[in-house]
Amino acid sequence: MSELGQDPTGTSHASDVGPAAHPHWYDDEAGPVVRPYAMTRGRTSHAAQHRLDLIALVVAEPAADDPAWDMTLSPEHAHILELCRERPQSVAEIAAGLDLPVGVVRVLIGDLVDDELVHVTRPVPPAELPDESILREVIDGLRAL
Amino acid sequence: MAFGRSSRTGVMHAVSPIEPLTLKLLVAGGFGVGKTTLVSAVSEIRPLRTEELLSEPSAAVDDLHGVEAKSTTTVAMDFGRITLRDDLVLYLFGTPGQDRFWFLWDELAQGALGAVVLVDTRRLADCFAAVDYFERRGIPFLVAVNCFDGAERHPVVTVREALDLEPEVPVLLCDARDRESVKDVLVGVVEHAMSVARARRQEAARV
Repeated sequence: MSELGQDPTGTSHASDVGPAAHPHWYDDEAGPVVRPYAMTRGRTSHAAQHRLDLIALVVAEPAADDPAWDMTLSPEHAHILELCRERPQSVAEIAAGLDLPVGVVRVLIGDLVDDELVHVTRPVPPAELPDESILREVIDGLRAL
Repeated sequence: MAFGRSSRTGVMHAVSPIEPLTLKLLVAGGFGVGKTTLVSAVSEIRPLRTEELLSEPSAAVDDLHGVEAKSTTTVAMDFGRITLRDDLVLYLFGTPGQDRFWFLWDELAQGALGAVVLVDTRRLADCFAAVDYFERRGIPFLVAVNCFDGAERHPVVTVREALDLEPEVPVLLCDARDRESVKDVLVGVVEHAMSVARARRQEAARV
Protein backbone atom coordinates (compact mmCIF):
# COMPACT_ATOMS: atom_id res chain seq x y z
CA MET A 1 0.00 0.00 0.00
CA SER A 2 2.04 2.93 1.19
CA GLU A 3 5.65 3.35 0.38
CA LEU A 4 8.17 2.35 2.95
CA GLY A 5 9.49 5.15 5.06
CA GLN A 6 7.03 7.67 3.79
CA ASP A 7 5.90 9.96 6.57
CA PRO A 8 2.14 10.07 6.24
CA THR A 9 1.75 13.21 8.28
CA GLY A 10 3.81 15.14 5.80
CA THR A 11 5.48 16.93 8.66
CA SER A 12 9.21 16.91 9.12
CA HIS A 13 10.02 15.10 12.29
CA ALA A 14 12.90 13.74 10.33
CA SER A 15 15.37 16.16 11.91
CA ASP A 16 14.90 14.89 15.45
CA VAL A 17 13.98 11.30 14.71
CA GLY A 18 15.66 10.15 11.56
CA PRO A 19 14.19 7.34 9.51
CA ALA A 20 17.14 5.23 10.54
CA ALA A 21 16.25 5.53 14.22
CA HIS A 22 12.74 4.20 13.57
CA PRO A 23 12.90 2.17 10.42
CA HIS A 24 9.65 0.42 11.37
CA TRP A 25 7.44 2.97 13.01
CA TYR A 26 4.56 0.82 11.82
CA ASP A 27 4.40 -2.95 11.74
CA ASP A 28 2.21 -5.65 10.25
CA GLU A 29 -0.13 -5.45 13.17
CA ALA A 30 -0.99 -1.91 12.27
CA GLY A 31 -2.51 -3.19 9.07
CA PRO A 32 -2.19 -1.29 5.87
CA VAL A 33 -1.50 2.37 6.33
CA VAL A 34 -4.67 4.23 5.56
CA ARG A 35 -4.11 7.69 4.21
CA PRO A 36 -7.01 9.59 5.84
CA TYR A 37 -5.67 8.64 9.23
CA ALA A 38 -2.60 10.76 8.49
CA MET A 39 -4.79 13.66 9.62
CA THR A 40 -5.08 12.05 13.01
CA ARG A 41 -1.33 11.36 13.06
CA GLY A 42 -2.12 7.69 12.84
CA ARG A 43 -4.51 7.55 15.76
CA THR A 44 -7.63 5.50 15.22
CA SER A 45 -9.26 6.13 18.56
CA HIS A 46 -9.41 8.83 21.13
CA ALA A 47 -9.76 8.59 24.88
CA ALA A 48 -12.40 11.29 25.00
CA GLN A 49 -14.60 10.02 22.22
CA HIS A 50 -16.34 7.14 24.03
CA ARG A 51 -17.27 5.81 20.61
CA LEU A 52 -19.25 8.88 19.67
CA ASP A 53 -22.61 8.05 18.23
CA LEU A 54 -23.32 9.15 14.67
CA ILE A 55 -26.11 11.40 15.94
CA ALA A 56 -24.25 12.77 18.95
CA LEU A 57 -24.22 16.54 18.55
CA VAL A 58 -20.99 18.52 18.62
CA VAL A 59 -21.58 21.94 20.14
CA ALA A 60 -19.09 24.79 19.99
CA GLU A 61 -18.05 26.27 23.32
CA PRO A 62 -17.93 30.06 23.71
CA ALA A 63 -14.13 29.77 23.73
CA ALA A 64 -14.33 28.59 20.12
CA ASP A 65 -15.19 32.13 19.05
CA ASP A 66 -11.63 33.24 19.74
CA PRO A 67 -10.20 33.81 16.25
CA ALA A 68 -6.76 32.78 17.49
CA TRP A 69 -7.80 29.14 17.23
CA ASP A 70 -8.00 29.28 13.48
CA MET A 71 -4.30 30.01 13.40
CA THR A 72 -3.21 27.13 15.58
CA LEU A 73 -5.56 24.35 14.58
CA SER A 74 -5.10 22.05 11.62
CA PRO A 75 -7.36 22.85 8.65
CA GLU A 76 -9.57 19.86 9.48
CA HIS A 77 -9.98 20.86 13.14
CA ALA A 78 -10.70 24.45 12.09
CA HIS A 79 -13.26 23.24 9.55
CA ILE A 80 -15.12 21.22 12.20
CA LEU A 81 -15.11 24.19 14.53
CA GLU A 82 -16.41 26.44 11.77
CA LEU A 83 -19.31 24.07 11.07
CA CYS A 84 -20.22 23.77 14.74
CA ARG A 85 -20.14 27.50 15.30
CA GLU A 86 -22.97 27.86 12.81
CA ARG A 87 -25.11 25.40 14.73
CA PRO A 88 -24.60 22.13 16.59
CA GLN A 89 -23.73 19.36 14.14
CA SER A 90 -24.07 15.62 14.39
CA VAL A 91 -20.97 13.47 14.00
CA ALA A 92 -22.45 12.10 10.77
CA GLU A 93 -22.98 15.58 9.34
CA ILE A 94 -19.44 16.62 10.18
CA ALA A 95 -18.07 13.50 8.48
CA ALA A 96 -20.13 14.26 5.39
CA GLY A 97 -19.20 17.95 5.48
CA LEU A 98 -15.49 17.22 5.61
CA ASP A 99 -15.79 14.22 3.29
CA LEU A 100 -13.82 12.14 5.75
CA PRO A 101 -14.50 8.71 7.24
CA VAL A 102 -16.44 8.74 10.49
CA GLY A 103 -13.56 7.09 12.34
CA VAL A 104 -11.19 9.92 11.42
CA VAL A 105 -13.71 12.58 12.36
CA ARG A 106 -14.27 10.97 15.77
CA VAL A 107 -10.58 11.34 16.59
CA LEU A 108 -10.51 14.96 15.45
CA ILE A 109 -13.60 15.76 17.53
CA GLY A 110 -11.91 14.14 20.51
CA ASP A 111 -9.03 16.59 20.10
CA LEU A 112 -11.41 19.55 20.13
CA VAL A 113 -13.11 18.16 23.24
CA ASP A 114 -9.70 17.98 24.92
CA ASP A 115 -9.05 21.59 23.98
CA GLU A 116 -12.45 22.49 25.46
CA LEU A 117 -13.50 24.08 22.21
CA VAL A 118 -16.53 21.83 21.80
CA HIS A 119 -18.61 19.52 23.88
CA VAL A 120 -20.63 16.55 22.74
CA THR A 121 -24.20 15.79 23.73
CA ARG A 122 -25.20 12.30 24.61
CA PRO A 123 -28.01 10.88 22.58
CA VAL A 124 -30.72 8.73 24.09
CA PRO A 125 -29.11 5.82 25.89
CA PRO A 126 -29.02 2.71 23.72
CA ALA A 127 -31.27 -0.28 24.32
CA GLU A 128 -33.84 2.04 25.72
CA LEU A 129 -36.70 3.57 23.81
CA PRO A 130 -37.26 7.20 24.65
CA ASP A 131 -40.11 8.42 26.74
CA GLU A 132 -43.60 8.01 25.33
CA SER A 133 -44.10 11.77 25.40
CA ILE A 134 -41.07 12.21 23.13
CA LEU A 135 -42.36 9.57 20.72
CA ARG A 136 -45.68 11.40 20.61
CA GLU A 137 -43.87 14.64 19.80
CA VAL A 138 -42.03 12.88 16.97
CA ILE A 139 -45.32 11.63 15.54
CA ASP A 140 -46.92 15.08 15.79
CA GLY A 141 -43.83 16.64 14.21
CA LEU A 142 -43.87 14.19 11.31
CA ARG A 143 -47.56 14.72 10.65
CA ALA A 144 -47.05 18.49 10.62
CA LEU A 145 -44.29 18.33 7.98
CA MET B 1 -20.96 23.66 30.95
CA ALA B 2 -20.14 27.25 31.61
CA PHE B 3 -23.44 29.02 31.81
CA GLY B 4 -21.93 32.18 33.22
CA ARG B 5 -19.37 32.69 30.50
CA SER B 6 -21.44 32.36 27.41
CA SER B 7 -22.36 35.68 25.95
CA ARG B 8 -25.75 35.01 24.48
CA THR B 9 -26.33 38.70 24.02
CA GLY B 10 -23.40 38.95 21.63
CA VAL B 11 -25.36 38.47 18.44
CA MET B 12 -22.70 37.99 15.80
CA HIS B 13 -21.16 34.73 16.86
CA ALA B 14 -23.39 33.72 19.69
CA VAL B 15 -23.21 30.01 20.36
CA SER B 16 -26.62 28.55 19.82
CA PRO B 17 -28.21 27.91 23.21
CA ILE B 18 -30.44 25.17 21.81
CA GLU B 19 -29.04 21.68 21.97
CA PRO B 20 -31.70 19.60 20.31
CA LEU B 21 -32.47 16.04 21.20
CA THR B 22 -31.43 13.85 18.30
CA LEU B 23 -33.15 10.60 17.36
CA LYS B 24 -32.64 8.19 14.53
CA LEU B 25 -34.62 5.83 12.40
CA LEU B 26 -33.08 3.22 10.13
CA VAL B 27 -34.10 2.40 6.59
CA ALA B 28 -33.03 -1.08 5.60
CA GLY B 29 -33.64 -3.31 2.62
CA GLY B 30 -31.90 -4.85 -0.33
CA PHE B 31 -29.68 -3.05 -2.79
CA GLY B 32 -31.60 -0.74 -5.10
CA VAL B 33 -34.90 -1.05 -3.28
CA GLY B 34 -35.20 2.72 -2.86
CA LYS B 35 -33.72 3.46 0.56
CA THR B 36 -32.04 6.68 -0.51
CA THR B 37 -35.14 7.68 -2.49
CA LEU B 38 -37.22 7.27 0.65
CA VAL B 39 -34.79 9.35 2.69
CA SER B 40 -34.75 12.08 0.00
CA ALA B 41 -38.52 12.27 -0.03
CA VAL B 42 -38.67 13.67 3.51
CA SER B 43 -35.19 14.96 4.31
CA GLU B 44 -34.70 18.72 4.56
CA ILE B 45 -31.19 18.27 3.20
CA ARG B 46 -30.06 16.41 0.14
CA PRO B 47 -29.08 13.03 1.57
CA LEU B 48 -25.53 13.18 2.79
CA ARG B 49 -23.09 10.39 2.49
CA THR B 50 -20.77 9.38 5.23
CA GLU B 51 -18.14 6.74 4.90
CA GLU B 52 -16.53 4.49 7.38
CA LEU B 53 -13.26 2.72 6.87
CA LEU B 54 -13.62 -0.79 8.08
CA SER B 55 -10.94 -3.04 9.38
CA GLU B 56 -11.82 -6.61 10.06
CA PRO B 57 -11.89 -6.76 13.83
CA SER B 58 -8.77 -8.64 14.84
CA ALA B 59 -8.98 -11.33 17.46
CA ALA B 60 -8.02 -9.53 20.63
CA VAL B 61 -7.83 -12.68 22.70
CA ASP B 62 -4.65 -14.30 21.57
CA ASP B 63 -2.26 -11.93 19.96
CA LEU B 64 -0.64 -13.80 17.12
CA HIS B 65 1.67 -10.88 16.50
CA GLY B 66 1.16 -9.77 12.97
CA VAL B 67 0.00 -13.08 11.63
CA GLU B 68 -3.39 -11.95 10.51
CA ALA B 69 -3.49 -9.26 7.91
CA LYS B 70 -6.31 -6.80 8.32
CA SER B 71 -8.25 -5.93 5.26
CA THR B 72 -9.57 -2.45 4.92
CA THR B 73 -12.58 -1.44 2.98
CA THR B 74 -15.03 1.41 2.84
CA VAL B 75 -18.74 1.41 3.39
CA ALA B 76 -21.09 4.29 2.70
CA MET B 77 -24.26 5.24 4.49
CA ASP B 78 -26.71 7.80 3.20
CA PHE B 79 -28.59 9.84 5.70
CA GLY B 80 -31.06 12.67 5.89
CA ARG B 81 -32.30 15.07 8.53
CA ILE B 82 -35.74 16.26 9.60
CA THR B 83 -35.92 19.10 12.10
CA LEU B 84 -39.22 18.44 13.83
CA ARG B 85 -38.80 21.31 16.22
CA ASP B 86 -35.97 23.58 17.35
CA ASP B 87 -35.17 21.06 20.04
CA LEU B 88 -36.02 17.80 18.28
CA VAL B 89 -34.17 16.47 15.24
CA LEU B 90 -34.75 13.15 13.53
CA TYR B 91 -32.05 11.52 11.41
CA LEU B 92 -32.80 8.83 8.85
CA PHE B 93 -30.03 6.40 8.05
CA GLY B 94 -30.06 4.16 5.03
CA THR B 95 -28.27 1.03 6.13
CA PRO B 96 -25.55 -0.37 3.90
CA GLY B 97 -27.08 -2.90 1.57
CA GLN B 98 -24.35 -5.49 1.85
CA ASP B 99 -24.88 -8.23 4.36
CA ARG B 100 -21.28 -8.46 5.35
CA PHE B 101 -21.39 -5.15 7.18
CA TRP B 102 -23.46 -6.40 10.07
CA PHE B 103 -21.10 -4.94 12.63
CA LEU B 104 -21.69 -1.51 11.25
CA TRP B 105 -25.41 -2.03 11.63
CA ASP B 106 -24.85 -2.70 15.30
CA GLU B 107 -23.51 0.76 15.74
CA LEU B 108 -26.25 2.29 13.62
CA ALA B 109 -28.92 0.31 15.41
CA GLN B 110 -27.79 1.36 18.84
CA GLY B 111 -30.28 3.79 20.24
CA ALA B 112 -32.43 3.76 17.10
CA LEU B 113 -36.12 4.46 17.63
CA GLY B 114 -37.08 1.90 15.06
CA ALA B 115 -36.60 0.77 11.50
CA VAL B 116 -38.29 0.59 8.13
CA VAL B 117 -37.62 -2.52 6.11
CA LEU B 118 -38.23 -1.46 2.53
CA VAL B 119 -39.30 -4.29 0.29
CA ASP B 120 -39.51 -4.85 -3.45
CA THR B 121 -41.93 -7.72 -4.03
CA ARG B 122 -40.01 -8.75 -7.15
CA ARG B 123 -37.01 -9.44 -4.91
CA LEU B 124 -38.59 -10.29 -1.62
CA ALA B 125 -35.69 -12.41 -0.44
CA ASP B 126 -33.41 -9.33 -0.39
CA CYS B 127 -35.03 -8.15 2.82
CA PHE B 128 -34.86 -11.42 4.77
CA ALA B 129 -31.57 -10.47 6.39
CA ALA B 130 -32.89 -7.12 7.59
CA VAL B 131 -36.10 -8.62 9.00
CA ASP B 132 -34.05 -11.25 10.76
CA TYR B 133 -31.67 -8.70 12.19
CA PHE B 134 -34.31 -6.41 13.68
CA GLU B 135 -36.33 -9.34 15.04
CA ARG B 136 -33.32 -10.70 16.87
CA ARG B 137 -32.29 -7.33 18.30
CA GLY B 138 -35.81 -6.50 19.39
CA ILE B 139 -35.73 -3.28 17.39
CA PRO B 140 -39.26 -2.15 16.48
CA PHE B 141 -39.68 -2.28 12.71
CA LEU B 142 -42.32 -2.29 10.05
CA VAL B 143 -42.28 -3.56 6.50
CA ALA B 144 -42.99 -1.02 3.79
CA VAL B 145 -43.65 -2.46 0.35
CA ASN B 146 -42.33 -0.03 -2.23
CA CYS B 147 -44.87 -0.07 -5.04
CA PHE B 148 -42.70 0.42 -8.07
CA ASP B 149 -44.38 1.40 -11.30
CA GLY B 150 -45.42 -1.71 -13.09
CA ALA B 151 -44.68 -3.95 -10.15
CA GLU B 152 -47.43 -6.29 -9.25
CA ARG B 153 -49.22 -5.04 -6.15
CA HIS B 154 -49.06 -7.95 -3.83
CA PRO B 155 -51.63 -7.76 -1.16
CA VAL B 156 -50.31 -7.04 2.27
CA VAL B 157 -51.38 -10.48 3.45
CA THR B 158 -49.23 -12.26 0.87
CA VAL B 159 -46.14 -10.28 1.85
CA ARG B 160 -46.80 -10.89 5.53
CA GLU B 161 -47.06 -14.61 4.96
CA ALA B 162 -44.04 -14.77 2.69
CA LEU B 163 -41.93 -13.01 5.31
CA ASP B 164 -43.42 -15.02 8.17
CA LEU B 165 -43.83 -11.87 10.24
CA GLU B 166 -45.05 -11.70 13.79
CA PRO B 167 -48.69 -10.57 13.78
CA GLU B 168 -47.88 -7.25 15.48
CA VAL B 169 -45.38 -6.14 12.82
CA PRO B 170 -47.15 -3.64 10.56
CA VAL B 171 -46.99 -4.04 6.78
CA LEU B 172 -47.73 -0.97 4.64
CA LEU B 173 -47.76 -0.22 0.96
CA CYS B 174 -45.84 2.92 0.04
CA ASP B 175 -44.30 4.96 -2.71
CA ALA B 176 -40.76 5.83 -1.64
CA ARG B 177 -40.75 8.87 -3.94
CA ASP B 178 -43.85 10.39 -2.40
CA ARG B 179 -43.39 12.63 0.62
CA GLU B 180 -46.86 12.05 2.09
CA SER B 181 -46.53 8.31 1.65
CA VAL B 182 -43.12 8.27 3.35
CA LYS B 183 -44.45 10.44 6.18
CA ASP B 184 -47.14 7.80 6.78
CA VAL B 185 -44.47 5.10 6.89
CA LEU B 186 -42.36 7.01 9.42
CA VAL B 187 -45.37 7.80 11.60
CA GLY B 188 -46.19 4.10 11.42
CA VAL B 189 -42.73 3.12 12.69
CA VAL B 190 -42.86 5.50 15.64
CA GLU B 191 -46.40 4.42 16.54
CA HIS B 192 -45.26 0.83 16.41
CA ALA B 193 -42.23 1.66 18.59
CA MET B 194 -44.60 3.25 21.06
CA SER B 195 -46.79 0.16 21.32
CA VAL B 196 -43.72 -2.08 21.59
CA ALA B 197 -42.41 0.08 24.43
CA ARG B 198 -45.79 -0.07 26.13
CA ALA B 199 -45.98 -3.86 25.82
CA ARG B 200 -42.48 -4.19 27.26
CA ARG B 201 -43.37 -2.01 30.22
CA GLN B 202 -46.45 -4.11 30.92
CA GLU B 203 -44.38 -7.27 30.65
CA ALA B 204 -41.82 -5.87 33.07
CA ALA B 205 -44.56 -4.90 35.51
CA ARG B 206 -45.96 -8.42 35.47
CA VAL B 207 -42.66 -10.08 36.33
